[in-house]
Amino acid sequence: MDMDQAEKQAFERYLLAMADDELILGHRNSEWCGHAPLLEEDIAFANIALDEIGHASTWYAILSEFTGKDPETHPDRLVYFRDASDFHSARLVELPNGDWAFSMLRQYLFDAYEMVKLRELERSRYLPLAGAAAKIRKEELYHYRHTSAWIKRLGLGTEESHRRLQNALAALWPYTRQLFTPVAGEDLVVSSGFGSPSEVVEIAWREQVVPLLEESGLQLGHLSNLVPDVSRYDGSRDQHTPHLKVLVTELQSVARLEPDSSW
Amino acid sequence: METLSSEKIWQILNEVKDPEIPVVSVVEMGLIRAVGKEGNNVIVTMTPTFIGCPALNVMQSEIEERLRQAGAENVTVRTVLSPAWTTDWMTAQAREKLKNFGLAPPPRHEGQLDLALLESAACPYCGSEDTTLKNSFGPTLCRAIYVCNSCRQPFEQFKPI
Repeated sequence: MDMDQAEKQAFERYLLAMADDELILGHRNSEWCGHAPLLEEDIAFANIALDEIGHASTWYAILSEFTGKDPETHPDRLVYFRDASDFHSARLVELPNGDWAFSMLRQYLFDAYEMVKLRELERSRYLPLAGAAAKIRKEELYHYRHTSAWIKRLGLGTEESHRRLQNALAALWPYTRQLFTPVAGEDLVVSSGFGSPSEVVEIAWREQVVPLLEESGLQLGHLSNLVPDVSRYDGSRDQHTPHLKVLVTELQSVARLEPDSSW
Repeated sequence: METLSSEKIWQILNEVKDPEIPVVSVVEMGLIRAVGKEGNNVIVTMTPTFIGCPALNVMQSEIEERLRQAGAENVTVRTVLSPAWTTDWMTAQAREKLKNFGLAPPPRHEGQLDLALLESAACPYCGSEDTTLKNSFGPTLCRAIYVCNSCRQPFEQFKPI
């Protein structure tokens, strides 16, 4: 495979962003374990957490192979021994869980994003990525079915569930923009046929989520124009919310106490 | 010790069960994609059901251990994701065993996995198709929870994927 240094680095960033998003969101999901409002939902979020962390490990393994590292051991180095400032996660997934409506809506918005992005990546010319995308998309169908049903249930449910979901939408919507902000060098990833343009993913995502949100009785009108707080953050994945460091510190605490121990 | 025959390797693999579904073997599940050997070095290629399945490592360790006990010198268990595992690869015996275990077998979908299909499960106890999905997620990644409207029995289904 003939790729120059810039193309390689761009693809590494592209994969790392995907992996970090799944890891951080998976960790957030796991925080619901033992705390969800219903036993079934406790189980559901624990399952979704396990799925997302499994997907993260797949992307980390693909990244490790691409960079010539051991796909068995290098993913753990990336997860447990990398500083929070070197993560490429989107701020959407870093935010604390909030209430049930907030967590469910974030998961729904992210599931829809993954569904459309994976559909694109199934056609990647980088075959390990294409193969994993096809595999993971089948699993994501179950997430999407679950979270989309909950969005309707909450949006059309009681006055309180509707209010909480509408509040969650107002809080989350600006953060979704960053999912579609190209990582540095994305044009090289696209021109090599390895990845898809964020713009294409964003259009497909909107076509998917906007009708469902409206069907769920949510007001989107004024939100569509909202942009993130640009004075604090740009669209790049180098700047994080302060919540990421807290999460990563907790995630890594045991591994860093005994770096040489085996599990 | 004599060299392990391919037949013997497959026979050993057929004794390894998914610890979450202890009635069917990794072979019957369609998880073993290839077996290669060079002298007494064995390479087993397998594919996961769900990627995050914690049982995968357990199955891999068991495969390694059993093949070594049978005389293999080096055993490598490789994981591949492509082509993606599908419940359509489960053998007819595996489906029957799942049903007897009280787990509704996944409907065949020939690659056309859509949301409507995910709604249907026949009750493994009375056979009724009048069932209601209670939760897409169950005690393991591969199971969904249903209730049968005919015999009122709650049951789990191995999710089609």
